[in-house]
Amino acid sequence: MPNTLELQQIASQVRRDIVRMVHAVQSGHPGGSLGCADYLTALYFQLMDHNPANFTQEAKNEDVFILSNGHISPVFYSVLARSGYFPVSELATFRKINTRLQGHPTTHDGLPGVRIASGSLGQGLSVGVGVALAKKLDKDDHIVYVNMGDGELQEGQNWEAIMYAGSHGLNNIIASVDYNKQQIDGSVLEIMGFHELRNKFEAFNWLVLEMNGNDMQDILDTNAKAKTMRNQNKPIVILMNTEMGAGVDFMMGSHEWHGIAPNDQQLAAALAQLPETQGDY
Amino acid sequence: MQALEILGNNDTRSGFGAGLLEAGKQNSQVVALCADLTGSLKMDAFKKEFPERFFQMGIAEANMIGAAAGLATAGKIPFTGTFANFSTGRVYDQIRQSIAYSGKNVKICASHAGVTLGEDGATHQILEDLGMMKMLPHMVVINPCDYNQTKAATIAIAKYEGPCYLRFGRPKVPIFTAPDQVFEIGKAVTIYEGTDVSIFCTGHLVWKSVQAAQALAERGISAEVINIHTIKPLDEKAVLDSVRKTRCVVTAEEHMYNGGLGDSICQLLARNFPLPVEMVGVNDSFGESGTPDELMAKYKLDTVDVIAAVEKVISRK
Repeated sequence: MPNTLELQQIASQVRRDIVRMVHAVQSGHPGGSLGCADYLTALYFQLMDHNPANFTQEAKNEDVFILSNGHISPVFYSVLARSGYFPVSELATFRKINTRLQGHPTTHDGLPGVRIASGSLGQGLSVGVGVALAKKLDKDDHIVYVNMGDGELQEGQNWEAIMYAGSHGLNNIIASVDYNKQQIDGSVLEIMGFHELRNKFEAFNWLVLEMNGNDMQDILDTNAKAKTMRNQNKPIVILMNTEMGAGVDFMMGSHEWHGIAPNDQQLAAALAQLPETQGDY
Repeated sequence: MQALEILGNNDTRSGFGAGLLEAGKQNSQVVALCADLTGSLKMDAFKKEFPERFFQMGIAEANMIGAAAGLATAGKIPFTGTFANFSTGRVYDQIRQSIAYSGKNVKICASHAGVTLGEDGATHQILEDLGMMKMLPHMVVINPCDYNQTKAATIAIAKYEGPCYLRFGRPKVPIFTAPDQVFEIGKAVTIYEGTDVSIFCTGHLVWKSVQAAQALAERGISAEVINIHTIKPLDEKAVLDSVRKTRCVVTAEEHMYNGGLGDSICQLLARNFPLPVEMVGVNDSFGESGTPDELMAKYKLDTVDVIAAVEKVISRK
């Protein structure tokens, strides 16, 4: 099990993968991907009990991760490949014709590690609810992790799922909200803000934790705490304060890098800030 | 022409309820979800027999569809139940992404389809659902004709691996298919053989077409009546074999022309064997309040309308 420093090093490589993948096809979503790189690295390299070498859709006796905000596929693909679901070399096919690494994740082409298509926003938490119900039926005490974007919470289906999970005390769900406060057209607060997100989840009978989603030690500590709270028989959500574009200085601090690709000079500048720790694909 | 024996009178949704209970007994992986319409969908028996495998999802259909996709991911065989309108139009994108594109083994079970929903009116009467569902790649679309066939279809789709849309209705209608039938997905059922016209019908219009064929026989017209219970995949061989003999076609369904059975038949014929076709269906219109019988008459979905369509299409031969 990698220690905190080693996880940080893996996350650096994941960030290199993200900017290189997006640069290669001049399309994709680097901002949110970079912001979630630390959390997904922690999930796939330490927090989750999972079996990359023998992937099954059913995930019996495994933790499950559902990516609801599918547009951050670059970070998802990178951690899947780096943790052993498919060859790292396949990252070079991202968004190219005949690839399994579609612009948004899909089960359609048999990519190991993906259990649901996502991209049209707001659907992942419902899917997580279903997996959580199945695990309860099967007396499987593993956890269902679901990551959502903050802008994504504007989709009404999320609140149906939040209401259901809270009403039925699904304590095997640990959701996370990538709370970077940015969306395509600008800041979440300006577009349709939540004002106070913690109170909203608590009102729906959820337990709420907050963490700095770009601080590896805080990620590990908060998730350890989340697991100890499961005996309260409520679903858990972690409000993950992140910086869109985290790790690449010129991509941080605005919504502008939500969905655009770096040019050659910008790629070089980004890579200069991100040590190659695991070997580029 | 022999009259068919009427075995009783019941609604097709009760056939679904009975089939769901049986499917649940046959396979412990079968689970059911309902959006606050358990009684209307006749899911009470399943709920009583398997309370742990029944999920009351509340009036939140989008979440129900997503949760069904999650249950299927984990190896369950989920049956979702609500009215046809809320099973399709309300949740089209959820079905499209989380079930169809994701290839999930979910059975979307839809009651109160068409104008025979009756007095609640057009907000609840969907006439577009077959079209929406059949456009989704690899979605199986089934519209059985009576209680016994709906029960058999429900049991059959539990054994089929992949997404399915099962459509049925509210009113009590004659039961005329066998109680012990084996339902073959994608296999049309010839009810009457005939030589003058092929009537391809589905759902509640199958019984109307049977009655029409009997009336036509008295006028010396020999109608072949084929029950297309599976809209997709369409039994193309059965259709083409029939029309090579009869050389003209009537389609009959409680659905919009656009997207329905008639639309599928016309596509098939245009590509393979162009012939005169008349369609019994709804032409670009919403429904309205009324009794099921009144509505079937007003929207020209009745026995007399099938007869008129046959007479017209034969004149076009």
